[in-house]
Amino acid sequence: MHQKTLVELGAGLRQGEYSSEELTRVCLDRVSALDKQLNSFITLTEELALQAARDADARIRSGEAGPLTGIPYAHKDIFCTRGVRTSCGSHMLDNFIAPYDATVTQQLNAAGAVMIGKTNMDEFAMGSSNETSFYGPVTNPWDSETVPGGSSGGSAAAVAARLVPVSTGTDTGGSIRQPAALCGITGLKPTYGRVSRYGMIAFASSLDQAGPFARTAEDAALMLGAMAGFDLRDSTSVERAVDDYTGGLNESLQGLKIGLPTQFFGAGLDSAVAAAIELALDEYRKLGAVITEISLPNSQLAVPTYYVVAPAECSSNLSRFDGVRFGYRAEHPADLEDLYKRSRGEGFGAEVKRRIMIGTYALSAGYYDAYYLKAQQARRLIREDFMRAFEQVDVIMGPTAPSAAFRLGEKADDPVTMYLSDIYTIAVNLAGLPGMSIPAGFAADMPVGLQLIGNYFEEARLLNAAHRYQQVTDWHARCPQGYE
Amino acid sequence: MAIEGFEVEKIAHLARLGIDPDDVPEYARNLSDILAFVEQLNSVDTRGVDPLAHPLDAIQRLRPDSVTEADERDNFQQNAPLTEAGLYLVPQVIE
Repeated sequence: MHQKTLVELGAGLRQGEYSSEELTRVCLDRVSALDKQLNSFITLTEELALQAARDADARIRSGEAGPLTGIPYAHKDIFCTRGVRTSCGSHMLDNFIAPYDATVTQQLNAAGAVMIGKTNMDEFAMGSSNETSFYGPVTNPWDSETVPGGSSGGSAAAVAARLVPVSTGTDTGGSIRQPAALCGITGLKPTYGRVSRYGMIAFASSLDQAGPFARTAEDAALMLGAMAGFDLRDSTSVERAVDDYTGGLNESLQGLKIGLPTQFFGAGLDSAVAAAIELALDEYRKLGAVITEISLPNSQLAVPTYYVVAPAECSSNLSRFDGVRFGYRAEHPADLEDLYKRSRGEGFGAEVKRRIMIGTYALSAGYYDAYYLKAQQARRLIREDFMRAFEQVDVIMGPTAPSAAFRLGEKADDPVTMYLSDIYTIAVNLAGLPGMSIPAGFAADMPVGLQLIGNYFEEARLLNAAHRYQQVTDWHARCPQGYE
Repeated sequence: MAIEGFEVEKIAHLARLGIDPDDVPEYARNLSDILAFVEQLNSVDTRGVDPLAHPLDAIQRLRPDSVTEADERDNFQQNAPLTEAGLYLVPQVIE
């Protein structure tokens, strides 16, 4: 049963072949059996899950089931879940029981989806390998010596290992697409403002966006349909109707104009990854797409721009963790300043502290113009590159990550090298565009992700392009050994 | 841009971040590396370019100034490390 997609499971549930309770137990049992190795979950919510599954079964029996009703999912531990610990992968929030639900949580609950637990992640979503988590690293189901990517590493590994059919993630600089690529699954980062950020613990508010992980584009489309929508409680939520993400999945790609940014195929790209991407593009040619080279001349500015903008916003957002209202509090503070400093110093890990300090520096008196203002100007240049490209092409494609999964510890001591793992994904966040990663072959037996980038609110077009590719290839159906 | 140890301590103080004195040299090295990397931005001419704060150039929505949330103080304070009579406790500030 665990090999079935969300679409297949939904059909089985509605036809009464099995109940959501049975399906949920299968997932919970798989977690018990397999997650010691993966460490993809921080918290398992067994009792709540079984109750939600029984509620879903009642709803299915009454004929009121939607596509997600009764489907088990794993929820990144960055989304607030009322009454359930929401740690954000940090010692700071190890004892935090969310007092309310995130909008995404509410919407998935309302759709009847069954949360089985909260997944491991880089601390406060700051990382590209899942190694900065307070709860220890997640390992990649394809090779336990390698990383699953990050920051949504637990959610990606759980889907790749067939512990759950779908999961949630968030993507600030690649945190959905890069782990999807490294774990060989499908992940989608929507347009900025498409999915509500309410109740999603903030890292860099002008970049953060939630989206789904699944094994197929069709499943991702159904998840996105449930997650997306305008929300008054998120001040940057976009007031716009949600598109039908499944209706156009099968549309022909005849004449689809695909642009390849020359900058995504230069030095730094692993040759085996490049070869897999070339083969994937050949499939698109066979499907009728027309492929042309394009230029994103400012793309080399993306990572440096990001490492000003994201830390600046992070230093501001994380100032709320002060040891007073919630979260970790240092013992026996000498005075208020000591309480702040030790609670934050003991509660945050090294990467979070580095980013808070970079952001504090970039925003401090005398440096604001040189760093933050300059980065916000560069950000506009990056966005304009994409806007010019979308005058010529419908979809931009390239590799999601410069290499397949790297080894645990390989980049952990060198922040700048780690930051370059997101070299192809970060510009998309800076511009606020939707992006996807889909499985597109292997490099030395590890999965390779093909990235698809669309114009604003063109998630349906990306899903269509991904779905058609998945109809003629089977990379997305490959299962890591030991998890069949 | 090389960051010296004393600057790390100053930045950490501004961020109210306690750091172990033994870790200061490593933070100095990491922060210097990151800032050196970021300085690539200086190679680009941004004269006359408007800073971009929101990718869709959205305007902040306004809403009526009315109460919409119920009082959930007790619920929220369950997560507080130390409270008394509905108040958050901190070390004494005024002698």
